[in-house]
Amino acid sequence: MKAKTHGELPAYVDLVLIPATNLVVALLVAGLVVLIIGENPLTALGLLLKGALGSVRGWSYMLYYATNFTFTGLAVAVAFHAGLFNIGGEGQAYVAGLGAAVAGLGLEFLPWPIALVLGIVAAMAMGALWGFIPGYLQARRGSHIVITTIMFNFIAASLMVYLINNWFRPAGRMAVESREITHIALINLRDAGAALGLALPPSPLNATVFLAGLAAWATWYLLWRTRLGYEIRSVGANPEAAVYGGIKLQRIIMITMAISGALAGLMAVNEVLGVHHRLILEFAGGAGFVGIAVALMGRSHPVGVVLAALLFGLLYQGGAELSFAKPAITRDMIVVIQGLVILFMGALEQAFRPLLASLFFEPEKA
Amino acid sequence: MDNPSVRHEKRPGGDAPPAVELIGIDKRFGPVHANRNVSLAIGKGSIHGIIGENGAGKSTLMSILFGFYAADAGEIRVNGRKVDIKSSGDAIAQGIGMVHQHFMLVEPFSVLENVVLGAEGGALIGPALGRARSVLERLARDYELDVDPDAIVGTLPVGLQQRVEILKALFKGADVLILDEPTGVLTPNEADHLFHILRGLRDQGKTVIIITHKLNEIMAVTDRVSVMRRGELVATVDTKDTSAAALAELMVGRSVLLEVEKGEGHPGATVLAVDHLTWHDGKGVARVRDVSFTVRAGEIVGIAGVSGNGQSELLDLIAGLKRPSQGQILLDGQEIGHLADPARLRELGVAHVPEDRQARGLIMTFEECESAILGWHNDPALGSSLWLDRERVQNRAKADMQAFDVRPQDCHLKSAKFSGGNQQKIVLAREIGRDPKLLIVGQPTRGVDVGAIEFIHRRLIELRDQGKAILLVSVELDEIRSLSDRILVMFAGEIMGERAPETDERELGLLMAGVRPGDKPEAA
Repeated sequence: MKAKTHGELPAYVDLVLIPATNLVVALLVAGLVVLIIGENPLTALGLLLKGALGSVRGWSYMLYYATNFTFTGLAVAVAFHAGLFNIGGEGQAYVAGLGAAVAGLGLEFLPWPIALVLGIVAAMAMGALWGFIPGYLQARRGSHIVITTIMFNFIAASLMVYLINNWFRPAGRMAVESREITHIALINLRDAGAALGLALPPSPLNATVFLAGLAAWATWYLLWRTRLGYEIRSVGANPEAAVYGGIKLQRIIMITMAISGALAGLMAVNEVLGVHHRLILEFAGGAGFVGIAVALMGRSHPVGVVLAALLFGLLYQGGAELSFAKPAITRDMIVVIQGLVILFMGALEQAFRPLLASLFFEPEKA
Repeated sequence: MDNPSVRHEKRPGGDAPPAVELIGIDKRFGPVHANRNVSLAIGKGSIHGIIGENGAGKSTLMSILFGFYAADAGEIRVNGRKVDIKSSGDAIAQGIGMVHQHFMLVEPFSVLENVVLGAEGGALIGPALGRARSVLERLARDYELDVDPDAIVGTLPVGLQQRVEILKALFKGADVLILDEPTGVLTPNEADHLFHILRGLRDQGKTVIIITHKLNEIMAVTDRVSVMRRGELVATVDTKDTSAAALAELMVGRSVLLEVEKGEGHPGATVLAVDHLTWHDGKGVARVRDVSFTVRAGEIVGIAGVSGNGQSELLDLIAGLKRPSQGQILLDGQEIGHLADPARLRELGVAHVPEDRQARGLIMTFEECESAILGWHNDPALGSSLWLDRERVQNRAKADMQAFDVRPQDCHLKSAKFSGGNQQKIVLAREIGRDPKLLIVGQPTRGVDVGAIEFIHRRLIELRDQGKAILLVSVELDEIRSLSDRILVMFAGEIMGERAPETDERELGLLMAGVRPGDKPEAA
């Protein structure tokens, strides 16, 4: 290799090689942990991959998880671009379930395609509202967005328990959940297969997966092709320069948080209208927090977010299969592996950069 | 290491070794070669100036000597002995002290507490303070460095704060004192006093190194001077054997047009009228006090003053970045002060070249073409209502780059990758290019290479001749004097007076120091 001066590393090093190295190291450390509890790491890895990629069912579950993580990851990524750390994706997704459920249960008089679109819009609107309030508090009252979004997760949890239990639960039913939404639904894998004459396994994967792809594209378009996106990125990159440029910081903070909340809210479409067909407790299930890791790992770029969401989907699905096959490796182990991935991809993102750089550039002769 | 200067380390005649010797220092920051094989010897008991343009590598070299950076190659000798300086602590142990351009003082602490900072010498502060008090008294006597040891540093004027920095270094046993751009924040009189102190230090056997880009200071105070250009040390000469013009030529590598060709101005109607403008900061302190002036079409009004006397705030007020506490700002007779909306003001024809292009004027992580539309990103010509048309944005950026000879002409390069002069051209192109009525410019040539300075100055004059109103704020008095048609001097938020550009520098200097012609000058 020709000895270049200390210039920039080629782009693919930053975009591919460094994340890949970090991932490999994370898996190596995870392998050590597996070794310590007395299992063969290679067998475990094999089971994990097979569990996610070895069958149609595995694939479908991976994509289903990835759908959720794409939405919450995009939510965090958009906020990152404005310099905001939105930890409230969990609560925003959860509250968005209200919009989806109210539309699903209350708009039965409308033709179903219209009701479905309104259901998606309503979920986004509720998520947006739950993001906008912390945004407003940050912009106008100076309350730190990290604190308020965390708090709003708790408020969302309590509020939803109250609402589902007192408003949505049909009289006389024990289960704390709404009645079934029958008017609108996003078609799932098995039904889609049946329509095409294919026998596919039952799976939570549904048409919302396409919505996730659309959302990723729309997020990219918003950030890099619109005037609003320019303003959002300016505020994140240099608030002082943004103000100099006539951009209204407070306005952008509120708008960005609403957009972020709306993206997180789309997760409710997947869960409420695509999978459960009813409003249930805790349907967000931590996906809001995984979104933070996904956004970190995906470098806040929609393409990166989608790839990271797929990786986490793989870990979730493969991990479930793995703990089923090897009871010694519990679900908690999967959480440990995810934690290691986050540690190496997020916190130690640049740890191997000097090493890689030294491989690319010959040391200069003194 | 095959540096020739290493071989003749034995100096003829058995002279005392130099206080500091740098041999073959080399340092790169990524693609920037900040120091190229720099070798320099600084004699004991002398004042040695290091001069060069911004970015010539002076500060890097001194930061290496003070242990902030490690050199990629080369060695440092102190009093003839090779030393290994890995941190500022090592440098201090070798008797090297540094007075930074931006003071490293704890403002709520007293002078005494600041002086012992880093030399507390134990869990209890009492003994150190007692010792420091007696040392300070001695230093004050020996070097005329009087400061009240119990004064709170934050309440002291800048000149005295600098004195505290010098005391700090001396207290820690510095024999070699490095001063980085020491006069940047001082009035001319304060600077004179500083030079007096430095001569005193030299006469007592201390070695002083001054980094500056101001030629007159070098001529006034140094014994020897080294000139740096693009990371290289191009010459070291005795000050008495050289002249300001010769040094300027060495700095830039060719003879420079220090004065700008400027014809007679033809001022027209009043464009900007500032009327009894006052602005209070968050603490209620008036930073701009009852300022009134006008700028007419086709003239450049310069605001001179030592940095930090309200000029920045005045610019912000006119640009709509701050809201006036009292008074009015009129653009073509229309009140604009209450708008406090930079976007609206741009539409009305106010272009603003900010003082700090890196903090404000550009977004360093953005591509050039994106930085090139900052503030104008809602221009209907750049797309439809909601969307930005990439092609139109790029075409505009390319046209601007061509018009202002920005290099390299690559609008996809990150803004941070351009040199200071080219960054400034990008900002100017953006602000001038949209045909403003009024241009307000802060520090147009700060950190800009000489070639670009000439270019920028010529552009500003052209703009004036096209009938634009220009308000220029600069801390470079030469720049103000060569460009302006009228000069206003600002001190402590007030306009001290208006002068013609031909006015004697000393008179302007007194106004900048807050002394009005009628006042009795302070006893120096």
